[in-house]
Amino acid sequence: MNCVLGPDNILHDTVLYRVVYEFVGQLLPCWLSYLIAGFVIMFFLINAVLLGAAIFSWMERRLIGKFQNRLGPNRWGPFGLLQPIADLIKLIFKEDLTPRAADKIVFAAVPIVMLAPVILMLAVVPFAKDTALANLNVGVLYVLAVTSVTSIAIFMAGWSSNNRFAMFGAARGVAVLISYEVPVVISLLGVVMIAGSMSLADVVNAQTIPFLLVQPLALFVFVAGTAAELNRTPFDMAEAESELIAGYHIEYSGIKFGLIQAAEFGGVVTASAVIVTLFFSGWSGPASNYIGWLWFLLKAGAVACVFIWVRATFPRLRIDQLLALAWKFLLPVSIINLFATALEVYFLRDDAGSLATSDLWIMAGINFGLAALSILAFGTMIREKVRPVGSGDASPSPLGVSIAESS
Amino acid sequence: MYGLAMLKGMLVTLKNLTKKPFTVQYPEERLKQHPRFRGEEFVWYEERCTGCASCAKYCPLGIIKIVTTPSETAPAEGDKYRLEVFDIAINRCMFCGLCVEACPYDALFMGSGFEQGRYSRKDMVITIDELRKADKQPSTFFRPQLEAQGYDPRAGRPLDWTQVGRESWQWHQQEKAGMRLGQRPAAPPGAVNSVGAGPDLEPPTLPEPSESLEENPSSTAGEQAD
Repeated sequence: MNCVLGPDNILHDTVLYRVVYEFVGQLLPCWLSYLIAGFVIMFFLINAVLLGAAIFSWMERRLIGKFQNRLGPNRWGPFGLLQPIADLIKLIFKEDLTPRAADKIVFAAVPIVMLAPVILMLAVVPFAKDTALANLNVGVLYVLAVTSVTSIAIFMAGWSSNNRFAMFGAARGVAVLISYEVPVVISLLGVVMIAGSMSLADVVNAQTIPFLLVQPLALFVFVAGTAAELNRTPFDMAEAESELIAGYHIEYSGIKFGLIQAAEFGGVVTASAVIVTLFFSGWSGPASNYIGWLWFLLKAGAVACVFIWVRATFPRLRIDQLLALAWKFLLPVSIINLFATALEVYFLRDDAGSLATSDLWIMAGINFGLAALSILAFGTMIREKVRPVGSGDASPSPLGVSIAESS
Repeated sequence: MYGLAMLKGMLVTLKNLTKKPFTVQYPEERLKQHPRFRGEEFVWYEERCTGCASCAKYCPLGIIKIVTTPSETAPAEGDKYRLEVFDIAINRCMFCGLCVEACPYDALFMGSGFEQGRYSRKDMVITIDELRKADKQPSTFFRPQLEAQGYDPRAGRPLDWTQVGRESWQWHQQEKAGMRLGQRPAAPPGAVNSVGAGPDLEPPTLPEPSESLEENPSSTAGEQAD
């Protein structure tokens, strides 16, 4: 029984899948080997995300400690490397509470719904040459659509907890998420226009110079928007660890909470991977045919460190400041970027529709100037005006009666 | 400008990466305390204590419990009381040091440790036996004579009761010289002299007050010199 994947199959380009399929297909029926190969791919994906989440949690605690002039955890294992395992064991041993009036099915489903988009998002990211687990030709659209599921998960968490503080946090979280999706999507349209295709592997191949040079505004808007989508400080009003008593996941304990945290940290890892693919030219680098995966990992680690750096530096924004930032700053800036890129692509591309590297450099120059101008302009426009306290006359007392007049 | 302040903030955080962290690995290393540190322990010199209970009266929280009995030698001579119970409850203590400030005989000192955590509330009461057995490394809080010596409680040199007092009271000077004020009365049969002694296992028999007054006609308050 030799099972061969037809070239029109979407998974034909995934080398790993084909190898496993044909290997298992010699022993088992084709449909079973199809499933088994799928499970093998999912095994790799889930492990990658969860391990990435664990390693990222270690890196974040150590790095934030260093940024704050202290050490991070360093008791478990050398340099605290076993600390994520200690955290995992602690969370497994904790009691798994469900509130009595909570919606049990939805309550139990939330960690899964939060973790699934993170794992699915990593499926289309190319780690090395010709190595994406699913080389979709609408990869960018897939990534954006899958990140939108997170807002549903947060709302499920807030609603099913039967807790008004969870509902406050969840309502704010959902407002933030849907507000930041619009500038994120618009900023990615510029990248797609230059690359000419939505497939992430094509985007990497089109980056003769990294798109962070060609599209600095899109990078800025995408990174800021993604940090808000992931509920990272300074945008984490939804969880607000010190304010709203941990917001939408207040009723979660034990391994359910552990999975939500894993989804959050894994989301940062996956988002770093996507940013590296779209803006930092993915797996490219010297000798990338052999060690493209190494460049990919290093770049994704660097982007993750930037997320941690931002977290260590800035205080949290209020909810009205968050929404103002999305609608009044990021959205106009991303629309400016879209128009500018569209005009540049229209005038600079040759008859075949592709752009030469020198054209990309010209675009880079124009876009950098435009980025500086628009960030300064819109940043000045949304600055909060400070009103001095005490202006205006005092309002009359609500009772309307003063003690001297009453008899 | 709007964005530049943010970048400057990020550069500040980045510079912190190059500085040495000030974390102290706690169980293996400890921060150095200053000699006047009011620790969670107490250093009590039983030889200097007279049982006046000034510390218990000064304590703002009332956590010191002192129960004394008159010693066998005449209390009217200004001899010391014998302490049966001297409890300090450190679960409520705020380590203000007022008890140390109150002691007229320099018998009570603050300690210099801070690791007195216990697993049950009953263990948080320092009893008289623990006070007797504790390390005599007093903090120099409110004791200028120790600071004049340059004493550092953490250097590990315990101090004796003869070395820690301000010797402005003749009582202690004379006690050090082995002399007592007034005449030493004849001990009634069966009684034990409790000055400077350890805990007795049986309660002493007290002399009748009328007998002691007859035996010691010369004991007056005026003969006690401070």
